Amino acid sequence: MPDPDRQDRETRSRMRTSARQAITAAGADTESLALGRRSKSEAWKSVAFLALMLFCVLVALALLVTLIIDAFIDGSSRLNADLLTQFPSGVPENAGLQSAIFGSLWVIGMMIITVVPLAVGAAIYLEEYADRSKWYNRIVELNIQNLAAVPSIVFGILGLGLIVRGPLDLGFVAYAGSLTLALLVLPTVILASREAIRSVPSSLSDGSMALGATKWQTIWHHVLPNAIPGIATGTILAVSRAIGETAPLLLVGATVFVTFNPEGPFSEGYTTLPVQIFNWVSRPQDEFRTLAAAGIIVLLFILLLMNSFAIWIRNRYARQT
Amino acid sequence: MSTDSPPASSSPAPIQLSRQKARYGERVIVGFLIFCAVVSVLTTVGIVVALVGPTIEFFREVPITDFFSADEWAPFFADASFGVFPIVVGTLNVTFWAILIGLPLGLGAAIFLSEYASPGTRKVLKPTLEVLEGIPTVAYGFFALTFVTPLIRDNWPGFLGDPPGIFSAGAAGIVLGVMIVPTVASISEDAMSAVPRSLREGAYALGSTKRTVALRVVVPAALSGIVASFVLGVSRAIGETIVVLIAAGNTPNLTFNPLESIQTMTAFIATTATGDIGVGTLEFKTVFAVGALLFVITLAMNALSIWLVRRFREEYE
Repeated sequence: MPDPDRQDRETRSRMRTSARQAITAAGADTESLALGRRSKSEAWKSVAFLALMLFCVLVALALLVTLIIDAFIDGSSRLNADLLTQFPSGVPENAGLQSAIFGSLWVIGMMIITVVPLAVGAAIYLEEYADRSKWYNRIVELNIQNLAAVPSIVFGILGLGLIVRGPLDLGFVAYAGSLTLALLVLPTVILASREAIRSVPSSLSDGSMALGATKWQTIWHHVLPNAIPGIATGTILAVSRAIGETAPLLLVGATVFVTFNPEGPFSEGYTTLPVQIFNWVSRPQDEFRTLAAAGIIVLLFILLLMNSFAIWIRNRYARQT
Repeated sequence: MSTDSPPASSSPAPIQLSRQKARYGERVIVGFLIFCAVVSVLTTVGIVVALVGPTIEFFREVPITDFFSADEWAPFFADASFGVFPIVVGTLNVTFWAILIGLPLGLGAAIFLSEYASPGTRKVLKPTLEVLEGIPTVAYGFFALTFVTPLIRDNWPGFLGDPPGIFSAGAAGIVLGVMIVPTVASISEDAMSAVPRSLREGAYALGSTKRTVALRVVVPAALSGIVASFVLGVSRAIGETIVVLIAAGNTPNLTFNPLESIQTMTAFIATTATGDIGVGTLEFKTVFAVGALLFVITLAMNALSIWLVRRFREEYE
């Protein structure tokens, strides 16, 4: 193993040189020019470049706006109360989302209850207790980073192999979905919570410790209350991702034709909003496509609400510090 | 009570600054916190454990050479063939088009946001990107099937031959590209905003234009973050299931042609593992073998990302 300190020093000196090179290169580019007005071709290049960058932003935004408008145009005819109160049906006119809405509520609700204590606990450990120089703590950090990039369908396989079947053997119940999604969003919520905890000024905890409070008393009474807005924002954003998650739930039993609401987290048989919409999209009849579009609007509306709430919390508390 | 310090009543002189009694509750709490941190490690262990068992059993029934050399993927036909390449190439096909669309758009948007946009514009656009990142994949799939594909088919120039079918790798790839734009843009923009002002001002002082500063100073300085955003975007495209399931058809097809219908690794897993597949059947094991391959590919991508980030990291004090 190379000495990390030396490596660090080497990287630093390398990056200093490269930054210097970057500036020199930037300067060299315009070296021939007088300090006064720039040449015409340079002005053109600048305008063209700005136009290109602006084009990137506009194309990306336009496509995403088209996505939303397209769903509205296709689905507006089925956007009514029936959509929310009817159960899935083979006849498109009678089909609705009720069991999917209740299924999503159960799955996501239980997921939140499962993931928040775990993620906040892990974040407190990593920020307040863990000694960074120890190999096992570095493994935990590397592992969280790694998990964040694992495709969601692989979590579905994990859920199928270990939660639905295998050691936990829950069967195809809503809580199997909750647990699978909880493991999926765990890294995101841990990262957000760590950031929130880190941003609490150390003067607060120093003051508390100086008055004789123990480490845990300091964390519980001073660090956590101040980190809650940040944790809440991160959690809501992560949860809003989980609501739209389809692939892993296909594997852990969110079956598509459920004409009853789940009675609880451990009763067999459930479906969720995105899974039901996916089922409708996959059918060839146009009527089901319309239903799917209407369902997508409902889903997008829920997400927009949650995201706005998260951003509102962030802005509200950002101003106070 | 500790035994080594004298009772307070007999000699009042030394003031006890350390804690009087052990707080066992606090140790329990720390134990719980460590448990929480370990859960994330257990998740990885769980994924590996869940994948390894059935995968080994799969290779007992199907020779590993067949898996990596046969060029047909038809695991459930009477005359079964287990060549995984068609679905690996299917994944690469879709990912290639996603990269072609998503990475330049994402990087361009990030440069605009970080270097050109006014603070007000950025304040609106940045949260918008975050919201867009959260659009569910099933919405992208619907968009691909009912908007992008018909658009391409209706406007197909005749000299290019026949238009693509209702399901095509290209349409799925384009939409995946659009899907990763917010991810790439938002992470790259973070990296560019973190480049210290002094570097930019140094370059301006030498007479550089905004464009030169963006391309020659900010982008090189933020390269590690940009590379990380690229790798994350590509990982998302490789691992995406629903969009390809809806828009790319579901037929294993060894081709890089964007006009044809293909099946990706993720689509295979999602189609096969839905419904009640029995534990221990060959279907069940095949799903896990393909899942193991996908997991190994993402791990490799991640290792590459970490290596690249270290290689290009620039830190300024």
